[in-house]
Amino acid sequence: MARALLAILRRDLLLALRRRSDVLTVLLFFVIVASLFPLGVGPEAELLRTIAPGVIWVSALLASMLGLGRMFAADHTDGTLEQMLLGATPLALVIAARVFAHWLVTGLPLVLVAPLIALQFDLAQQAYGVLTITLLLGTPALSLIGAIGAALTLGLRGGGALVALLVLPLYIPVLIIGAGAVDSAAGGLDVTPHLLLQGAFLLLAAAFAPWAVAVGLRISME
Amino acid sequence: MLAAVDLQCIRGERTLFTGLAFTVQAGDLLRVAGANGQGKTSLLRMLCGLLSPTEGEVRWKGSTIQRLREEYWRELLYIGHANAVKDDLTALENVMTACALAGLEAGHEQAGTALRQLGLAGCERLPARVLSQGQRRRVALTRLALSEQLPLWILDEPFTALDTAAVSYVREAIERQVARGGAVIYTTHQDAGIAAARSWSIDLDRGGR
Repeated sequence: MARALLAILRRDLLLALRRRSDVLTVLLFFVIVASLFPLGVGPEAELLRTIAPGVIWVSALLASMLGLGRMFAADHTDGTLEQMLLGATPLALVIAARVFAHWLVTGLPLVLVAPLIALQFDLAQQAYGVLTITLLLGTPALSLIGAIGAALTLGLRGGGALVALLVLPLYIPVLIIGAGAVDSAAGGLDVTPHLLLQGAFLLLAAAFAPWAVAVGLRISME
Repeated sequence: MLAAVDLQCIRGERTLFTGLAFTVQAGDLLRVAGANGQGKTSLLRMLCGLLSPTEGEVRWKGSTIQRLREEYWRELLYIGHANAVKDDLTALENVMTACALAGLEAGHEQAGTALRQLGLAGCERLPARVLSQGQRRRVALTRLALSEQLPLWILDEPFTALDTAAVSYVREAIERQVARGGAVIYTTHQDAGIAAARSWSIDLDRGGR
């Protein structure tokens, strides 16, 4: 079973490596959206410093949504998904491996680039660590929740817009906790409660989302 | 081994078949016949557990497949219309992934041998993107060579897009499987002329008789 999961992880990373443009699109989208705000609201340092946590988090939210459509669509078209549904490994575990791979190629780059974006907003120095940690805890949760939306809208016309409507409201807790933590850190407050909440949310998503995705996929494949 | 109990399939407003019941024993070769749109693929997908029947159930060794799930799927080889071949992976990588998903223990050696058996020597390291339609079908059918120990094969149109050499390879693979005591359920439009001791068919044009 572990061998099968490793093989799936390896396959997804290999596919991402051979289609680098998909990965770069998400990353560039994040950088560009976050960079539009200073251009729009003006170069006032105090204002930028205030909006930085929210802007970075909202940009990360939108960027991570961009890749959701592709999570199962190609496998659905070429029949690989059927084979996953009929595999010897429980589907929920296969999905967990696939979501992890998806996060590695779309979520992790955002986490790594975010501090550079924060520099652009002159974020308070003590908040950089917290920004990275909350994104590290938050983006996997976004991928997990997003996978549910992707599974439910699989094969539907206009699924891309629908997935945004389904998933964005569910992203709200992650956004509030994540941006709140960075805000508090910038203000010199204690962020432990935020981080604990963020971690709890991630655990909850990791425990339940794969099963929900599995059910969603079985319904979509009928 | 595999029993279909009063299966009914309704797609949209149309009833494709109803009250369909049959049993497949070890060593059986069952051909599902019928014109386009008569529900051949739907029936096969039901037997796999991809599609739940509107009424009735499918049983494997006495238990419904909805309960058995992975226990049943581990013993099943299903090759559908779609090849499950990824354009960006090489032929060998595609076969290895398929085996990993199916829980088959196949190393590079075995997978390479199987590919060569299907006439894909020299294509192992090529991305599937550059392969022809028939070659991609061959990559999908490579799993036949690696699934010899599985007791049940369900093949949806295994002969499409294949040349005569590949058709005869697939035919022989099916014959060997049935002779070994495995069961094979398949659909096809051309008469493949597969020799088997216990070969029978279901005709969906005549309500599954």
